[in-house]
Amino acid sequence: MSNPITLNINGKKRQITVRPAATLLDTLRLRLGLTGSKPGCLNGDCGACTVLMDGVPMKSCLMLAVEGEGKEITTIEGLINTPIQKAFIEKFAFQCGYCTPGFLMNCHALVYTEPNASDERIKDWLESNICRCTGYREIEEAVISVLNTVKGTH
Amino acid sequence: MEYIGKSVIRKEAFEKVTGKAKYTNDFQETGTLHAKMLISPYAHANIASIDFSEAWKIPGVKAILGDEPFPLVGEEIKDRSPIAYKRVRYHGEPVAVVVAEDPITAKKAVDAIKVSYESLPVVNSPREAFQENAVLVHENLDRYEKREGVYPVPKTNIANLDKIRKGNMEDGFRESDVVAEFQISFNPSDHAAMETRCSIAEIRADGEVIITTSSQAPFAIKKLMEWYFGIEPGKVIVKTPLVGGAYGGKAAVQLEVIAYLASKAVAGQPVKLFNSREEDMITSPVHIGLDASIKLGATKDGFLKAAEIQFLFDGGAYSDKGVDISRAGAVDCTGPYAIDHIWCDSYCMYTNHPYASAYRGYSHAEVLFAFERTMDVLAEKLNMDPLELRYKNAIRPGDTTPTQVLLSSSTVGNVPKCIERLKELMNWAEGQRMEIDDRKIRAKGISCIWKTSTFDTNATSGVILTFNPDGSINLMSGVVEIGTGTKTVLAQILAERMKMDISKIHVKMLVDTQTTPEHWKTVGSRGTLMGGRAVLNAADEAIRKLKEVASCVLRVPVEELEVADGKVYFLDNPNVFVEIKDIAYGYTFPNGNTIGGQIIASGNYTLTRMTHLDRETGKGKPGPEWAVGAQGIEVELDKRDYTYRIIKAYSVVDIGTVLNEKAARGQVMGAMSMGIAFGGRETFVFDPYGRVLNPQLRTYRPLHYGEQPEYIIEFIETPHIIAPYGARGGGEHGLLGMPAALGNCLSAALGVQLKHLPLIPELLWRAQEGWKDDIV
Repeated sequence: MSNPITLNINGKKRQITVRPAATLLDTLRLRLGLTGSKPGCLNGDCGACTVLMDGVPMKSCLMLAVEGEGKEITTIEGLINTPIQKAFIEKFAFQCGYCTPGFLMNCHALVYTEPNASDERIKDWLESNICRCTGYREIEEAVISVLNTVKGTH
Repeated sequence: MEYIGKSVIRKEAFEKVTGKAKYTNDFQETGTLHAKMLISPYAHANIASIDFSEAWKIPGVKAILGDEPFPLVGEEIKDRSPIAYKRVRYHGEPVAVVVAEDPITAKKAVDAIKVSYESLPVVNSPREAFQENAVLVHENLDRYEKREGVYPVPKTNIANLDKIRKGNMEDGFRESDVVAEFQISFNPSDHAAMETRCSIAEIRADGEVIITTSSQAPFAIKKLMEWYFGIEPGKVIVKTPLVGGAYGGKAAVQLEVIAYLASKAVAGQPVKLFNSREEDMITSPVHIGLDASIKLGATKDGFLKAAEIQFLFDGGAYSDKGVDISRAGAVDCTGPYAIDHIWCDSYCMYTNHPYASAYRGYSHAEVLFAFERTMDVLAEKLNMDPLELRYKNAIRPGDTTPTQVLLSSSTVGNVPKCIERLKELMNWAEGQRMEIDDRKIRAKGISCIWKTSTFDTNATSGVILTFNPDGSINLMSGVVEIGTGTKTVLAQILAERMKMDISKIHVKMLVDTQTTPEHWKTVGSRGTLMGGRAVLNAADEAIRKLKEVASCVLRVPVEELEVADGKVYFLDNPNVFVEIKDIAYGYTFPNGNTIGGQIIASGNYTLTRMTHLDRETGKGKPGPEWAVGAQGIEVELDKRDYTYRIIKAYSVVDIGTVLNEKAARGQVMGAMSMGIAFGGRETFVFDPYGRVLNPQLRTYRPLHYGEQPEYIIEFIETPHIIAPYGARGGGEHGLLGMPAALGNCLSAALGVQLKHLPLIPELLWRAQEGWKDDIV
């Protein structure tokens, strides 16, 4: 049986009908055309599918679409001209780009949630995501460069 | 405008940080059906029966493939049924494929298929495969169709043997005062690209086959579809969008063939086949394993005289690329050293393991682990500093390689200089091993590296440039953007040659074999050399054509014109000029007369004077140049529980002229990261029945954020004269010495010679405390 649900994604309300067992990731990608969130393992191991639920990073492959009701969902398509995106470009913090949406969502939430994050806290936040191309140093540099700039604003 | 050496932002950067970058699985055309595979739970078994009846009852099922003698496939030997027939030879092998309206229905139907297997004894290592009376993985090896130059040995598990015979081994060992022998082995592992493989196939009414796929080799697919199914290459159109990491794993052709067969089964409708992570790890081709024996002879003052080498590569159940990988292993079977007498037998062995694809470095990291570990064993025997031993024997211009290529300062980088610099950076003089307290040891280890590529001798790369009315240029190259940034480097080369603003160069990221000129395969760190030379040729043609039109307009001879800054101008008076935008589509005079038309230029490049290898001696020129380097690792080891932390990882690499500083650094660092993971933690764990116990990223764990060491990377820039602006290949080299350096480092720390990978604490404990090594 399928029931209509309303999802608030990137500031827009979308009413759709989904299977009760449909994951949020599949719903975003296959039903709403938001293919920026990536399937990497469908097991919560890689973080490529990370989205924000009320500002908190969540792995959309491990969530049902129905769990997203009543939450503000932000996907990579909802990040526009943010400091972390600019920093990723400047610091060469990606190569193939496949893990990038997940890392960006996670990093974006980090810099606004914990603007004074220590190296250890950055590790706590980011160890949930895998990047196979870079040596992670570029991502670290990008995050630290943004932390230094947002510190003043929070 | 100077772009060479600058850290130009990659052309697809904005796409990639906004989620707009599209990979194969992001394309969803209406009417596309979905395929799912049933994979074998056994490593070696006969399929006694297979029953599709329950699966057919599920609504939405369009086709079920399996239990059918499909044409055999394989890159060099046709030994593999794309979907197993009567027999499975590795855990994960496709047994049946369901095509349905959506992926969930397809999966349901897959689960409803009933198969009964009769298990067979397994070949669980290449050493086991090599024994006399070993179980045979393929009984009818002599009946398979194969390419020329491949020599499977019937009634054995040998898919191929390549030999290196240089000098005379008796002389070599007679001149030697000290001999060191060592044996290493490690299991296959995986590339673990974040994008799992995906292929979409459809067959048009006129017989055209359209394949969209995450591949490093779209042009090779066209040729293979002809060899496998007799389809004219012109009728196969392969499209490759951005690829989400490849590292060699997407150089093999597998899902494309299955998707094609699936589409054929549904009258040509588009069918998408997308690997789950588990399938991507074991069903699709993996990173090759190796069992190697090395015997080195040296004089008492440390000059290498002889190297006797045997490689048993774990090619897995099907030969596919394994044959070529083990050949590349023979080509550079030693480290980068001058050795007069070399004997190497490099075997590609069949086993009941997942079969191999290329892996970043194409056998070199594997071979170097064997060779460079043995160098440290030799150094210990000689009572000599391992860095000093390497420095003494470093290969130089005037020396010859194992395949007897005479090197020049253009064709090989500067090994001694790399070692000297590494010595300084690592503060080698302070000693290799230091006890910090009663628990902690700090230790250092090094490895030298080198690599050439072993392409088909006629491998080609082409570029087309078309001009836009605003004077900007579209750059089309068959290089696949797999993350290396090569297409941005090609734009830099074009901007440099045309002396123009790089923002006016539009790079087509999608490869479409019908409209993009061929780049043989995006492998082996050759995009910059081959694609770059093609760009230069095309740019020269564009410049010539622009000058021809400008010559008419300006009434200045072609030879007295120069192209720069978006203009063509008179050398003697730059105020006499015409803007490129006014001639890019021909020039229109005030009265309407027009000369010329849209400027279209092309260029291509084929490697120069490559030769096949002699079957008996291996003599021949397989690649254009050798990029070299010296690498090191520094760890802190806890003696109590054998855990260790990699504190620093060093690379001094001679990749010729650096074209894009940050991109090059990123390539080297990323490769080092992968090499550290290969050396330190990644492996498939096989049970005694040849089944992979850890085919997921939770149990097979690549490096995560926070586990990275400090990276120290320096470039030595010895130009490769014929390459664009003197660049060398550099996409793989950072990985090559990491497993060996880590092995040498931990061996020094513990005082035992470590033989296996990955170097996990348990393995160190077993080696040190003498527990039986029962790792398969």
